[in-house]
Amino acid sequence: MRTFTYERANSPAEAAAAAERMPGAKFIAGGTNLLDLMKLEIETPAHLIDVNGLDLDGVDPTPDGGLRIGALVRNTDLAADPRVRRDYGVLSRALLAGASGQLRNKATTAGNLLQRTRCPYFYDTAQPCNKRQPGSGCAAIGGFSRQLAVIGGSEACIATHPSDMAVAMRVLDATVETVRPDGATRSIPIADFHRLPGDTPHIETALVPGELITAVTLPKPAGGTQVYRKVRDRASYAFALVSVAAVVQRDGSGRVALGGVAHKPWRVEAAEAAMPQGAKAVTAQLLAGAKPTHDNAFKLPLVERTLASVLTEAKG
Amino acid sequence: MKFDTPATTNPIDQLKVIGKATDRIDGPLKTTGTAPYAYEHHDPVPNAAYGYVVGSAIAKGRITAMDVAAARGAPGVIAIVTAENAGKLGKGKRNTATLLGGPKIEHYHQAVALVVAETFEQARAAAKLVRVDYAREDGAFDLAVAKDGAKPSDDDPDLRVGDFDGAFASAPVKLDATYTTPDQTHAMMEPHASIAVWNGDKVTVWTSNQMIDWTASDLAQTLNMPKEKVRLISPFVGGGFGGKLFLRTDTLLAVLGAREAKRPVKVALQRPLMANNTTHRPATIQRVRIGATPEGIITAIAHESWSGNLPGGNPETAVDQTKLLYAGANRLTALRLAHLDLPEGNAMRAPGEAPGLMALEIAMDEMAEKLGIDPVEFRVRNDTQVDPAKPDRPFSQRQLVQCLRMGAERFGWDKRNPKPASVRDGRWLVGLGMAAAFRNNLLNKSAARVRLDKRGVVTVETDMTDIGTGSYTIIAQTAAEMMGVGLDKVVVRLGDSSFPVSAGSGGQWGANNSTAGVYAACVKLREEVARKLGFNSADAVFADGQVRLGNRSLPLAQAAGDSGLVAEDGIEYGDLSKKYQQSTFGAHYVEVAVDAATGETRVRRMLAVCAAGRILNPKSARSQVIGAMTMGVGAALMEELALDKRNGFFVNHDLASYEVPVHADIPHQEVVFLDETDPISSPMKAKGVGELGLCGVGAAVANAIYNATGVRVRDYPITLDKLLDRLPEVA
Ligand SMILES: Cc1cc2nc3c(=O)[nH]c(=O)nc-3n(C[C@H](O)[C@H](O)[C@H](O)COP(=O)(O)OP(=O)(O)OC[C@H]3O[C@@H](n4cnc5c(N)ncnc54)[C@H](O)[C@@H]3O)c2cc1C
Ligand code: SF4
Repeated sequence: MRTFTYERANSPAEAAAAAERMPGAKFIAGGTNLLDLMKLEIETPAHLIDVNGLDLDGVDPTPDGGLRIGALVRNTDLAADPRVRRDYGVLSRALLAGASGQLRNKATTAGNLLQRTRCPYFYDTAQPCNKRQPGSGCAAIGGFSRQLAVIGGSEACIATHPSDMAVAMRVLDATVETVRPDGATRSIPIADFHRLPGDTPHIETALVPGELITAVTLPKPAGGTQVYRKVRDRASYAFALVSVAAVVQRDGSGRVALGGVAHKPWRVEAAEAAMPQGAKAVTAQLLAGAKPTHDNAFKLPLVERTLASVLTEAKG
Repeated sequence: MKFDTPATTNPIDQLKVIGKATDRIDGPLKTTGTAPYAYEHHDPVPNAAYGYVVGSAIAKGRITAMDVAAARGAPGVIAIVTAENAGKLGKGKRNTATLLGGPKIEHYHQAVALVVAETFEQARAAAKLVRVDYAREDGAFDLAVAKDGAKPSDDDPDLRVGDFDGAFASAPVKLDATYTTPDQTHAMMEPHASIAVWNGDKVTVWTSNQMIDWTASDLAQTLNMPKEKVRLISPFVGGGFGGKLFLRTDTLLAVLGAREAKRPVKVALQRPLMANNTTHRPATIQRVRIGATPEGIITAIAHESWSGNLPGGNPETAVDQTKLLYAGANRLTALRLAHLDLPEGNAMRAPGEAPGLMALEIAMDEMAEKLGIDPVEFRVRNDTQVDPAKPDRPFSQRQLVQCLRMGAERFGWDKRNPKPASVRDGRWLVGLGMAAAFRNNLLNKSAARVRLDKRGVVTVETDMTDIGTGSYTIIAQTAAEMMGVGLDKVVVRLGDSSFPVSAGSGGQWGANNSTAGVYAACVKLREEVARKLGFNSADAVFADGQVRLGNRSLPLAQAAGDSGLVAEDGIEYGDLSKKYQQSTFGAHYVEVAVDAATGETRVRRMLAVCAAGRILNPKSARSQVIGAMTMGVGAALMEELALDKRNGFFVNHDLASYEVPVHADIPHQEVVFLDETDPISSPMKAKGVGELGLCGVGAAVANAIYNATGVRVRDYPITLDKLLDRLPEVA
């Protein structure tokens, strides 16, 4: 870990301004991801801006019937919120499928969205990794890639985004609210928030340097039956091989997003027209153009089978 | 004490303390966080500096240049140790690769430097500044490729009995199948850790180690110094599983770091280095052939296993159980060892039998199915009470059939539908599987010192270790039983090289041998006591803190006098193990459910029935077996060091990516011990259970998955991708 300086921010705008002022600054929330990465010198911020004192930990109704989730709401609290449990079940289930109780008590909404990949080569600083060290190459391509992306990857990187929460937010059409160093605020649709790796896998989101997440808003409830199914090698405390977040209406229409398959939560709205025809038809479009590796080709049939099982469950 | 005739009645048979379910005496220390582990000896070593290990970034080749200037100039740095400044080092008898690499590199994450600083954080930060240039060389990393060049091992020649080839060729029913097991890492909670302190030309090391004498010897040998100048202290060990049998990097580098820094140094091997820096259970490729009559009598059985290692390393002895588990007139077992430039392969809990039974016991299940015979019945029909290769050599005790039958009854085996993929519970395909358990009973000499003081307190000293197994407690039970006192009057001190040399903890030999050593020392102390009190030793009764002969009774403490009494002795074994085969036996039963859509396996119930001689402490023995069963589930379903075949290293080298079972994976576990004593094993009439509990579990899970799904997987771990394409269609 490199030495760093530390400050506590007093307001969101101040935090963003401070982040721009101090080169190499980073925000710290729960610290459950950032601190691990700092110990391994994968992240080497020169300055930490602690955002935990900011008044961003409320869950409040929005005028149009949705919910505004503060950036600092802990994963545990969000999963247990009665409105979330009632109206956005897929989100509550996704949160509870992630990490462990202890981690969820610390992990925040913004931190969860911004957690970094679990590609094993990203963690081994003796190995080349374009995401960790741009231009150094990608050790995972041609290496051990069981966990990695099957779609949307590039020649530079085939990592996945590991969040469960973000997959549910994607299927719920959430919006990420931010404030920039110049004080301007903006709303970024979750679809545009995470990026595909392309040539710049180290740039993972639409945020500009210093931009602070203040909240995530959910539109008014989508109704239907909401399911989150996470498939993994052990029963708990493991990242998804594949996960399916689905909102299924009585008439069989609905939406679906996938985790564990791409550099971002994976959703193809056009594929959802095929929902009433079943999993095979949806998956064919969702994963059209997939380029799995030898190690992870199983994820394609796994997505289809998991989705089929989810649709069966949703039908009751 | 020489043990060369079967035990007769002795004081242990009173079973006043031995054989009673007893809480671990180290339990309160551990649950209150007051048992000091290797890294935590703050009181004796208040001013230790911190060492951080730099591991090699290549698997094979040479260091061409190393620049430590920036690290040396970093805040807080006191010393840096590399092969350049470490002086001439020897190599321990039990190490294959050197523990401090450079310029030659033998495996990934081989230590190339230790950075010592005032704080851990400073050492870690400075370690990142060490620049190393390497010249990479090609290596052999893939067992499947290296297999054809594999050679027989001198220590383990092929065993041929009768005419295997002829008998197999003519067998009416036969199986020829190949199985693979992956590389595995011990993944114990406490990493390898040591604190070293020099005092003149003597060094003391607080460490976490299973085998004090091996490690003290190898440390002395590596440092080219007399063993008497080395002291090792390892009172508590936070798990080892075979990973801490030897001198490893943490110990050597703490010692070298302390010498260089002229100050005590502590080193905990960083978790991300553990998988590639230390030893691991090596992968195997195993071919099993079984031929039988239509009635299910085995006529031919062969088991061959291939594994790889660094030059000088040993093969994984995966065929051991096949020499002894089932009858059959015509037999072949063979080990082949390939050269691989991976980290050293070595012992992990039940080396040999654990991976060996993972193959053999699937093969038995496959064979039973071919024969149309129930898998339990098939095993029963092929039981043998003698060593199949030497029929005049009986087993000392063998209750395999009893284990199988009792397990079947308790588990409700008769409710199993023998037709695979026929039981469904909602989303889940449900199946039952079983396997036999087998692990040899190993005998090693073991010594102890016993003191009696004027308060009547008995203190036992031996370099035996307690690796979480319960050694403290069974040793205390032994001394209490022998000396006729309560557990509250016994103090046990372990894990110090200044104590008499014990058998140590490994190969499930610890319990039987170390308590037998304590027994021997207690016999001697009893003689001393009797003599002091003027009794004829053979007939004196030691009970309730008194020594009695006829109607004369004196307090035990009286014999101690003011200066106390001391006796030291050990157990040594004659040739009983040549005349009798000594092994432990069991049966594992497992119920699994497999998600019909995703192929995820969840274990629903587990039962182990064990026959392993006298159970010294049913409580800690049960803990050992349920822990082992848990490890077996890991081996069956998830544990695998993922190998990067291009670069020759294990990629998933942390606990986030090397998955072991969590609580949610482990269902109700039941353990039954048959009431057994084995007078041929030792005066304790005990054996071991810590490894037996693992042996066969993997195959029992695999067989249950087959029964649930109809999919036979012969490559461990049985992850869902190996089932997916053969599961039922989904809508
Ligand atoms: C062992 C383990 C297992 C896990 N398993 C899972 C799992 O199964 N599923 C899953 O989804 N997750 C899992 N996680 C990840 C966990 O969800 C994340 O670590 C957590 O959500 C991060 O939140 P945090 O508040 O601690 O973020 P931090 O570590 O504080 O920050 C993460 C990143 O977000 C940035 N950041 C934080 N707040 C803001 C803000 N307001 N605006 C802009 N940037 C900000 C930080 O600068 C940093 O880059 C696991 C983590 C661990 C350690
Ligand atoms: S897949 Fe991405 S994160 Fe992984 S090694 Fe390649 S570049 Fe790095």
